[in-house]
Amino acid sequence: MRQTIAITLNGSPRRFDVDVRQSLMEVLREQAGTLSVKQGCGVGECGACTVLIDDAPVDSCIYLAVWADGRAVRTTEGECRDGQLSPVQQAFVEEGAVQCGICTPGFVMAATALTERRPGEPLDRDAIRRGLAGNLCRCTGYATIVTAVEKCICREEE
Amino acid sequence: MAIGKNVPRVDAVAKVTGRARYTDDYHMPGMLHAGYVRSTIAHGRVTRIDTAQAAALPGVEAVYTFEDVPQTLFATAGHPYSLDPAHMDVADRLLLTGHVRYHGDEVAVVVARDRLTLQAAIAKVAVEYEPYPVMVEGAAALAEGAFEIHAGSRNRIGESRYQTGQDVDAALAAAPIRIESHYRSRIVQHCHIENHIALAYMDDLDQITIISSTQIPHIARRIVGEALGLPWGQIRVIKPYIGGGFGAKQDVVLEPMVAWLTRRLDGRPVQIDLSREECMIGTRIRHPFDIALRAGADEEGRLLAMDLDVISNSGAYASHGHSVAAAGGAKMRSLYPNAQVRYHAQTVYANIPAAGAMRAYGSPQVLFAVECAVEEAARRCGMDPLAFRLKNVVRPGDKDGLTGKPFLSCGLVECLEKGRALIGWDEKRAALAGGQDGPIRRGLGVACFSYASGTFPVCLEIAGARIILNQDGSVHVQVGATEIGQGSDTVVAQMAAETLGIPYEKVHVVSTQDTDVAPFDTGAYASRQAYVVSNAVKRAAEELKEKILAQAQYMTGIDSAALDLQGGAVVYVEAPERRVMLLGDLALASYYDKEHGGGQLTADVSLKTRTNAPTFGCTFVEVEVDIPLCRITIREICNVHDSGRILHPIMAAGQVQGGAAMGIGAALYEELLVDAESGWIYNNNLLDYKFPTPVDIPEIGWAFVETTEPTSGYGNKSLGEPPIISPPAAIRNALWDATGVKIDTLPLTPHRLFRHFKKAGLI
Repeated sequence: MRQTIAITLNGSPRRFDVDVRQSLMEVLREQAGTLSVKQGCGVGECGACTVLIDDAPVDSCIYLAVWADGRAVRTTEGECRDGQLSPVQQAFVEEGAVQCGICTPGFVMAATALTERRPGEPLDRDAIRRGLAGNLCRCTGYATIVTAVEKCICREEE
Repeated sequence: MAIGKNVPRVDAVAKVTGRARYTDDYHMPGMLHAGYVRSTIAHGRVTRIDTAQAAALPGVEAVYTFEDVPQTLFATAGHPYSLDPAHMDVADRLLLTGHVRYHGDEVAVVVARDRLTLQAAIAKVAVEYEPYPVMVEGAAALAEGAFEIHAGSRNRIGESRYQTGQDVDAALAAAPIRIESHYRSRIVQHCHIENHIALAYMDDLDQITIISSTQIPHIARRIVGEALGLPWGQIRVIKPYIGGGFGAKQDVVLEPMVAWLTRRLDGRPVQIDLSREECMIGTRIRHPFDIALRAGADEEGRLLAMDLDVISNSGAYASHGHSVAAAGGAKMRSLYPNAQVRYHAQTVYANIPAAGAMRAYGSPQVLFAVECAVEEAARRCGMDPLAFRLKNVVRPGDKDGLTGKPFLSCGLVECLEKGRALIGWDEKRAALAGGQDGPIRRGLGVACFSYASGTFPVCLEIAGARIILNQDGSVHVQVGATEIGQGSDTVVAQMAAETLGIPYEKVHVVSTQDTDVAPFDTGAYASRQAYVVSNAVKRAAEELKEKILAQAQYMTGIDSAALDLQGGAVVYVEAPERRVMLLGDLALASYYDKEHGGGQLTADVSLKTRTNAPTFGCTFVEVEVDIPLCRITIREICNVHDSGRILHPIMAAGQVQGGAAMGIGAALYEELLVDAESGWIYNNNLLDYKFPTPVDIPEIGWAFVETTEPTSGYGNKSLGEPPIISPPAAIRNALWDATGVKIDTLPLTPHRLFRHFKKAGLI
């Protein structure tokens, strides 16, 4: 069965004709062309497919596309505007938080949600780790990712 | 100068913006999806297979079984081709099999127009089996009269031994302190976040193009040729960005199948994209080792001899064969070169998933055993385990016990001293000296490692580099070495900038390897790349620089010997502040001057490396053990490495933190659980297989002792794999220090701790 959904994708209104069995991740990759959304497990274990739905992080592999109807979806593509990296993206670059890069877009979105959620509220490294606990990385050991997020929060406070 | 600087990583922006393209991002219109029908038992023979229902499903293009595939056995290991028949990899694979050897073996393949149809069709293939005896442990497979997992193999894949010194038995017999124990490591899986994936298509009737998430594109090309009986030149392998490999992609897994399928299906694009559950059993695992170790020391704290007897379990297929056990033994030899060593290893088949390469390739298993035994020797001597190690570890000028070659760069003693200060070893030890008896206890542990910077002399070491001067004075660098996340492209750019004398920003490294155009290199493994590519890039940069200066001489009449290239400009050697011309102007003239000029200035170097630099390091750890909860918490941990000169401090620290984190996972959490009776695998998913999340990994300290390795282009030695090696033994030794309980099997899960604590009367 197919259904048409209307979403705001990275700020632009879009309509997609989807199979009701399809995940949001599949529609984002195959129809919208937002290839930053990566699949690492397909069942919500690794967080590589994290997108923001109404600014909350969601594993798009276990979120049906039809559930996104009428909602705002953000992917990593939308975070870089006019050739300028977002603060989170910039911090990831500077802190060496990127290795193979396959988990990076998911982490960027989870970190973006974390830094936007309670602006001005300080988060210590343990709280950042808990905030990113839904995302797995096998390369970095997480320290540089935590440092990157810490840096963003500090910058916001300045 | 770019070496040693924290220059921006060349691919960081591509990756944080999500624009970096991985194999699954090369989606083609009309692309077909293929998937395996996997065995539901661990050992047996297919007696009946019914594909009719699957084939009849709308959207299914084809179903092939083991009866349809070529009957040419091939080897899959990502090793260079060997001209010595005795050293060739074991050819024991077919594209599909009717004799299934592990839970998940591949009996048929379905091709469909979309993924949903594919999954439905795979479920409709009916398979019946005649079960065979299941052997999960290496010892069972070695038993007299055991059922042969591969006919004619006696379940043996390989065996090797070496001995240093005069008489290990006599030394052990005479040693006042003798240790005898049995060390085991269980199955660890790589868990790279990008599962194995490959896509193949044909542009004409002969050429097959494969896009694959591989560490070894040039080797994959050759193996696909061998598997399909095609000339190697007809195969083209393209490696885009890859989402981690850690050795599981130093093996040819999907490429022969997608290549065969596209040929069967008129050259249409066919993709295989493994699920996480398949990837964890149907690709490669780390070999579980059983090691019987005897060691001897004297009362002054001298380690006299070690005797290791290793059974390496390679699972259902040989893959890297005996190389892993042999390499682990060989690389360990550098650590305590003044002790006599006897090393004997056998590699066997068993009914578990196929083992292959994984980060540090046999060394984590072997050095776990060695560093547990050394700990025991130290404690039996009544010595501080750190002092014992300082007394026995390799020093510059020591010689390899087998080859007699001296160790050129070696900073292990300095690493141990640095780690001692970083963790506050002496102060913490003094504080714990009074003993502990509460439910929460602390302990300190240390462990060392030695590793290598490649595979020479066992295997060929070859690297290729091509540097092209562009019209604007920038350069493009092509290397066969593959970026797999470790930062290879960035250090290649640093090397080229350093030697050419141009700004780092003017160097563009072509990240994608395409075997039709990329220089030949065997790929990312053995922590070899920065070491072997260094000399190739350096030589290519020197050659190009020579051509550039010759062009400058032609244009200016100034003797090229008086000229140098610095900061992207031709300058005088004697007066580098005096600019002769900008490289961009020189390049433009070289390309476009109608009458004269060198044209496109290019250097193309293929270089074989015939050295191999040992690397060293250690882990220090302080743990807190909750005895009633059977839980270990790492309070502090740091790795200290001698990896020669550090090319990029931030990326080097990233390798150490990431590798140590993987080591912590292997020490505390990770085990792929196989049912001992049935061979059934319980936890092939990321929910039940516990690889560490952000909250499970403590802050990991790191430090380097920089030495300069004379055989390397920029003084550097290996770093990618080594950080994983020593954390498990250090943690185990700290657990012993805290509780008096020594556990000789990894991982140190609460379940295992409970059994040992109970036995020791702690709970």
